[in-house]
Amino acid sequence: MGWKGRDIISIREFSKKDIDEVLKRSSEMDRRPKKSLVGKKLSAIFFEPSTRTRLSFETAMHNLGGEVIGFNESKGTSVEKGESLVDTVKIVERYSDCIVMRNPLEGSSRLAAETSSIPVINAGDGSNQHPTQTFLDLYCIKKNFGKISGLKIGLVGDLKYGRTAHSLALGLSHYVDSLRLISPQNLSLPSHISNEVSARTKIDERTDLKLDDLDVVYMTRIQKERFPDLEDYEKTKGVYVLTKERASKINGIIMHPLPRVDEISPEVDSLKQAKYFEQAACGIPVRMALLEMVMKG
Amino acid sequence: MGDERVSDLKAKKIENGTVIDHIKAGHAPQLLRILGFEKPQDPVIILVNMDSKTLGKKDIIKIENKVLNEEKINRIALVSPEATINIVKNFTVRKKLKAHLPDVIKAIAKCPNRNCISNFEAVPTFHVQDKRGQNFRCHYCERLLGTEELIL
Repeated sequence: MGWKGRDIISIREFSKKDIDEVLKRSSEMDRRPKKSLVGKKLSAIFFEPSTRTRLSFETAMHNLGGEVIGFNESKGTSVEKGESLVDTVKIVERYSDCIVMRNPLEGSSRLAAETSSIPVINAGDGSNQHPTQTFLDLYCIKKNFGKISGLKIGLVGDLKYGRTAHSLALGLSHYVDSLRLISPQNLSLPSHISNEVSARTKIDERTDLKLDDLDVVYMTRIQKERFPDLEDYEKTKGVYVLTKERASKINGIIMHPLPRVDEISPEVDSLKQAKYFEQAACGIPVRMALLEMVMKG
Repeated sequence: MGDERVSDLKAKKIENGTVIDHIKAGHAPQLLRILGFEKPQDPVIILVNMDSKTLGKKDIIKIENKVLNEEKINRIALVSPEATINIVKNFTVRKKLKAHLPDVIKAIAKCPNRNCISNFEAVPTFHVQDKRGQNFRCHYCERLLGTEELIL
């Protein structure tokens, strides 16, 4: 399937060959960025808060020579008047060449893609998927190790509600023979993800923080906003915390999609293992590559 | 006395049409709804809570002058996979069929995920796909659902 006009909705829709192509194009963009989208417009419609994803898409588009319109929250838009997502997309597609969208409802990006005649990129749909985060996570890993296959990788924290964990587990299952999943019992990877992951990769699920032998420790935030029950949140937060002392024993690298709350102490930032800010910076070449691929091919 | 003869004593035999036998007891009304027979044009006989040697209790639906197509027959498997479908012509059963779980369910089921977009906006077609045994994946929120979780 060609890339021009393609929607980027769920990591499930990308084969290993597709992912390899994205990583290759990201590397090319990293080494030699180019203004290949002059005259093109990106609509960034974010119905939920975002710092990294929104700013990195905006930066990516500006770097490519294009322009960005959009909104950062539904407040102040006609969504407050009750305008449907479908109608919003039908208007926005007439003003731009590509849409990037974040919305709290699962499946919203899929509906947007079915409505729109221009490409739609999912910047996060509820607790479902965040495919561009996975691409940049995989790019960061490849940048640090030169490969992804054969690495020992662990995902830690909220694996139930964390869409980055869902997307990354699916993406990694194309590359690694086994994946360690460390979470409280009530926050384990949901079966609709783990069933698919385990068809390609051996899963090692545990509740204890066994990290030292891992090449990549991927920490995630315990997300208060995804907990239907606040009592559960209070019981769980702060369970998996990386102090400087704990982090210094890790042989591999530490990644985190950010924002962090207290799961990684700020003292960890100065350690050589800490790669989460470099990881965020990977969003620029990856999103530049994706924007170019879906708008130009 | 056999089940069919007991039911025949209680209801007229149909000349032409479809008889759905061995329906899970109590599920005939739901089945009629998912088959689109809530307001039928032709006579429909519904028998509920009949004795059954194989199921203990069962429901039976007899639809006059209507031969269900394969797509509708397969919807029956969502509610009652053990049901048997008899195609009747001139008061005689000409064909006996079984229902098989469809690969795609369009527009007859709702997603149980309250945060799925399909429960907020009129989606063009809600369908559950990616059949894996008895599970379906919601096309929108990608949750894996068992047939018993679908809101039919």
